[in-house]
Amino acid sequence: MNELVFFLNNVVIAGSVTGSIYAIGAVGVTLVFSIMRFAHFAHADIMTFGAFMVMLLATAFPTAGAAIGVPAALVLLPVAMALTAALAVGIDRAFYKPLRAHGVKPIVMVIASLGVTLMLQGLIRLFSGTGGQSLYVDDRKEIFRLTLPLEGVRVPVVITEPQLYLFVLTIACVVGLHLFLSRSRLGKAMRAMSDNPDLAQASGINTHTIVAVTWVIAGGLAAIAGTLLSLDVTFKPDLSFFLLLPIFAAAIVGGVGHPFGAIAGGFVVGFAETLAVFNWGVLLRPFRDSLPEWLAGAGNLAFVGTEYKIVVPFFILVAILVWRPTGIFKGKVI
Amino acid sequence: MDKTRPDTVAAPRRFPLREVVLFAALLLAVLGVYAVMGAAYSTRMLVEAACYAILALGLTIQWGYAGQFNAGVMGFVALGGFCAMTFSVPVNEAFWGSELPGELGRVLLTMVAAALVVFGATRLDRLGVPKALRTLIAVVLAMVLYLVVINALRDVTDQIEARAGFIGGLGLPVGVGWIVGGALAGGVGYFIGRVCLGLRSDYLAIATLGIAEIIKAFLKNSDWLTRGTATVSPLPWPVPAPAEVGFTLARALYLSVTAVMIAVIFFLLTRAYYAPWGRMIRAIRDNEVSAAAMGKDINRRRLEIFVLGCILMGIGGAALASFNSLFDPQGYLPLNHTFLVLVMVILGGPGNNLGTLFGAVTVYIIWIMSGPIALYLMELAVTLGQASFGWEAPTNLDSRALQARVFVIGLLITLVLRFAPKGLLPEKVIHHG
Repeated sequence: MNELVFFLNNVVIAGSVTGSIYAIGAVGVTLVFSIMRFAHFAHADIMTFGAFMVMLLATAFPTAGAAIGVPAALVLLPVAMALTAALAVGIDRAFYKPLRAHGVKPIVMVIASLGVTLMLQGLIRLFSGTGGQSLYVDDRKEIFRLTLPLEGVRVPVVITEPQLYLFVLTIACVVGLHLFLSRSRLGKAMRAMSDNPDLAQASGINTHTIVAVTWVIAGGLAAIAGTLLSLDVTFKPDLSFFLLLPIFAAAIVGGVGHPFGAIAGGFVVGFAETLAVFNWGVLLRPFRDSLPEWLAGAGNLAFVGTEYKIVVPFFILVAILVWRPTGIFKGKVI
Repeated sequence: MDKTRPDTVAAPRRFPLREVVLFAALLLAVLGVYAVMGAAYSTRMLVEAACYAILALGLTIQWGYAGQFNAGVMGFVALGGFCAMTFSVPVNEAFWGSELPGELGRVLLTMVAAALVVFGATRLDRLGVPKALRTLIAVVLAMVLYLVVINALRDVTDQIEARAGFIGGLGLPVGVGWIVGGALAGGVGYFIGRVCLGLRSDYLAIATLGIAEIIKAFLKNSDWLTRGTATVSPLPWPVPAPAEVGFTLARALYLSVTAVMIAVIFFLLTRAYYAPWGRMIRAIRDNEVSAAAMGKDINRRRLEIFVLGCILMGIGGAALASFNSLFDPQGYLPLNHTFLVLVMVILGGPGNNLGTLFGAVTVYIIWIMSGPIALYLMELAVTLGQASFGWEAPTNLDSRALQARVFVIGLLITLVLRFAPKGLLPEKVIHHG
């Protein structure tokens, strides 16, 4: 049973954590794509920017959350979301809108977003230095150890406080996004524009507003994902390059343009990563006596070492592009 | 047919005023750097700029000639650097003297055999096995054999690391490493191209970005092959080393070697551009459908140009690694080796070789100089801040000022796209007839 708990800790919980973060990130990418038709490479850096804003605010007001017993970072998250959303809209006005007005090819927009990536990264590193910093400025990170009430189980199930917040916020985001897209006027207009921009414009939808709203949502979600990731581990300015590939893989697996597909894709990629680096030899250990020598003696049965984690999203990406370019939910082909 | 398209139609045989002015300005900038920073430093900068120019020429044929957006230049540069290292570093007797090479060879043979078995399993449907069953068999077989091979390989590589450090080099002349570096980068580019070139440009960018990271992760973590983070140095030079003839002269000699390489590549590329082959490539770029209708084999040509670009990147990367005299897999950064090259190409003018050379040197000077300038500005700000309201500055200004380069490169990309989308020296589109 200890091995099973080990599996629970290392695969189920870890997979859900990375999956949630990829899912929230991929929703932003997929929304931006469905409205503006280009792969937004700067998304991971907008996530970093959101986390950075939270860090600045938490350093400025370290006791903000003490009254209700949550970390300061979480209380200040809405402010950071607003700032990040404002940044996303500002970036669009300054860099993407003029190019869109010129009617450039989507790949040129991609290059522009690469430029934005570098600018954001440069600015964040300029102000924060290059080292990692914890977002828990004055608070203590609670770690819950749940011992299962079963005989012979010594290893507890470990879950940390930020991970619980992450699960709660992910569910809140998904429900909120669903209600927004299916019930509100703006959400319906967004879906209309994603299906057919010209028709949407002809039927009186203000496309400029929709674009701005998309950036606000994408920016806000990016801030949530970046902050929760940094809460779980640490804040690092060079977070973004490790996030970019899994997020795009998630968006494409789920079918580009499908927000809920992106969420599913995020969990697929997250679980695939943790399953691939998990040492399957651990699960064989209880049956050690009844197994043939060569199998029981095999030391490490992980598919890839943790240092090759980045291979996994890439492999998924290529596999899905080759066999099913529309993704599992029949999205658009970029 | 109206011919009044002043932005695209080049007037025949006009005086190349734009080129002359831009290159004169560049020459002034280089002389300025020489005056301020000294000859040894500036020559080093020029050699590095020359190596980058080879990379930029590689990217300009992919992006400029054929419209393929390769965001993984770094991976090919790293492969080139790896070959330059492996072929030129002295032979490691501790490894070759033991029985380890035999064991490594056996594992590699097992790997080939496993690959053949899996490949055979994917062809089982020809023997009448149902397709679903075939896929299942192939996947399960691939997973099991993969685990077997990877465990065997892990044993051998652990042995190598423990007893010999790493497998060492081959002690061959530097030029061999450069050529093989180009060949290896081209070979890897071939496989990537086979898989990814059918994708639309956004996907290609994402995929190549990922491949570059994977190549880097492999080189960084294969301690038995590259010593990983421990780095390998010194790498020999193809010309007399600085210890023999002094820094400036040695670097000048190296510069002349790279200059000859650039001249040859430039000449060949320009010939290719105006040849029927180049016309065909541009026709495919500008209108794939009509090129296909004329009977051109689009996928084949796209693959050709992708591989060609990768070869150049491998050669450039090999020259760069040899010049730094250090192979450090961790030192390959997307910023330094992908985006910098990208800016060089789009600033200079994609598809215009002369413009690409201009862009390479210009951007490299901006890149090198923006660190010191930012440091100067920051120190100025700190002095002012301390004088006026006692502001206490962070201590690690040096490392932070270096980050200003990241911002400058990003700003350059967006500015160029906005104000000079075709680059400073745009491709001259010739309209026949």
